[in-house]
Amino acid sequence: MRWWERDPWLELAQVLLRNPFRTLLSSLGVGWGLFMILITVGASNGLEEGVKADMGNRVKNSAFLWGESTSLPYKGYARGRDIELTTMDVAFLEENATTLEAVAPRNQLGGWRGGNNVTHGLKSAACGVYGDMPVYKDIDPIVIMEGRYINERDLEDRRKVAVIGKRVRQLLFDREEQVLGSHIQIQGVTFTVVGVYRSQQTGEDAEESENSIFTPYTTFNHAFHMGDRVGWLSLLIREDVPGDTAVAEVLRLLKAQKSVHPDDPRGFGHWSMAEMHEEMTTVFSAFRWVSFVFGGLALFAGVIGIMNIMLITIKERTRELGVRRALGATPANIVVQIMVETLTLTVLAGLVGGILGVATLEALDAFLTASEDNGIFRHPHVTLDVLLTALGTMTVLGAFAGVLPALRALRVEPVEALRT
Amino acid sequence: MIDLLGITKTYTTGAQSLQVLKGVDLAVETGELVAIMGSSGSGKSTLLNILGLLDGYDEGMYRLDGKNMAKLTERRAAELRREMLGFVFQSFNLIGFKSAAENVALPLYYQKVPRKERLRRSHELLERVGLLEWADHLPSQMSGGQKQRVAIARALAAQPRVILADEPTGALDSATSEEVMSLLKELNGDGMTMVVVTHEAEIAAECQRTIRLRDGLVESGAHV
Repeated sequence: MRWWERDPWLELAQVLLRNPFRTLLSSLGVGWGLFMILITVGASNGLEEGVKADMGNRVKNSAFLWGESTSLPYKGYARGRDIELTTMDVAFLEENATTLEAVAPRNQLGGWRGGNNVTHGLKSAACGVYGDMPVYKDIDPIVIMEGRYINERDLEDRRKVAVIGKRVRQLLFDREEQVLGSHIQIQGVTFTVVGVYRSQQTGEDAEESENSIFTPYTTFNHAFHMGDRVGWLSLLIREDVPGDTAVAEVLRLLKAQKSVHPDDPRGFGHWSMAEMHEEMTTVFSAFRWVSFVFGGLALFAGVIGIMNIMLITIKERTRELGVRRALGATPANIVVQIMVETLTLTVLAGLVGGILGVATLEALDAFLTASEDNGIFRHPHVTLDVLLTALGTMTVLGAFAGVLPALRALRVEPVEALRT
Repeated sequence: MIDLLGITKTYTTGAQSLQVLKGVDLAVETGELVAIMGSSGSGKSTLLNILGLLDGYDEGMYRLDGKNMAKLTERRAAELRREMLGFVFQSFNLIGFKSAAENVALPLYYQKVPRKERLRRSHELLERVGLLEWADHLPSQMSGGQKQRVAIARALAAQPRVILADEPTGALDSATSEEVMSLLKELNGDGMTMVVVTHEAEIAAECQRTIRLRDGLVESGAHV
């Protein structure tokens, strides 16, 4: 077929429009299949976006590390020794670790559902109180609503200042009360509020996060008698280094430093955002694949429908095909004709389904955006490569569907034209 | 134009085999209008299939315009059909969803003639058979005689060497039959070689010569 010519297409239109209702019905399956692929993949993308947003877009390359008891004897130490991190270890890591952007020690007081430990005037609240470094803001990004975050001067001077969460403010202060510059008591120690923040997370996570108070690390250790003990380390891993590589390096350094057996699986505990993120990405890509496979099966069923209708039309057109052969159509002419008819029917149906699918996702997205719903389902969409893969799959399936009808058409002999 | 020598053809169905042509000898000269007659079962349909390169033969020799037609591939047969042969069928065999002009142009499409040229020629031919004003009509809107004239125009489209007509008036009443026959004779008068298969004596009588077939053999009229 010479595709740039008008006739084959004209002929195609004539063939397909001869029985428009039947053409419509038989192509419905393929359209539906493509529609389903796009909707399910789009929905799983929406779920992924929602869940990731729920995690507060926390910096992907962060990790947390703490001391635990050992499980192997080493260098004269018995097993079961508790490893405690100190500020010395922080300095050691800062000096020796090559995979880290920053190391921030943290300490914590009280916590979620703990007893009331913070008061302001007559009001009291149970909050998580943390001793933090200024760099922690880069690891767990929060949004400062009023005032400022902890800075280096606070640390050097061991200033008794605090940055409180939105929720803490609600619990301790009246609505119109001046917050910045006022005093709160944390376990009896007076701090001056210098900032209010809110979380980037959503839901319960946000509530918990906003029920916290950040104080300078040095002030915290002094005020609450922590000495140089470090609760745990927050690590900011260099962008170009995979999460597990960095964690492995840090563990190797710390094990040497703290005389822990290099093969000891315990001694230190760690949790990394990167690993978590990788896991989630794997889960969602599996989601996408499952959607694609099931949508593909729907598409396959649709293509079988098209193949079926093509086989029926071949039967009906036996005489026409015979006449064409008698008039000089070669077997190749006939094969091309039937293949093109099948493919066109498939592709047209698929395009309609695809357009409807994308339109539906867009509409859903617009609706969700407009309603400012911050649930775990947001911004459903399909990427161009998903769209192209779906269209490509459909074309391959369409070509497959054309083979059997084309072979059937080939079996029509030119003598058919002479049968009366 | 056509030379057949000792053509045989046997159809085998399961264990049974039936020799339909038992050694057919005949010749048709350029510019002749020849009728092939025979009762049903005489082998005239099979002979027409072989003449029209729609089917092969077992033994013998078939020369069309001096070329040997032995052992053709399907593709080569299709090429020869579109270059050398025009067909007129008893039941017209126009394609129902195509207009008269498109039907006439179809053989030219398979000859890869550009569309404009194709339509120009098909209109010319429709004028020739007196149906120019019907060019855009579908076959279903035409009478039997008109359809057969369109079919004749289609047979002429590829400028063939021979036109093979299979019972061209079989589906027509006597008045229209007469019309169609005079058109065929007119074309023959312009030099077109024609072979008409028929079982009607009146139709055969209008041809210059009648080849009679009986039980797979030529009974009479094999040569001029």
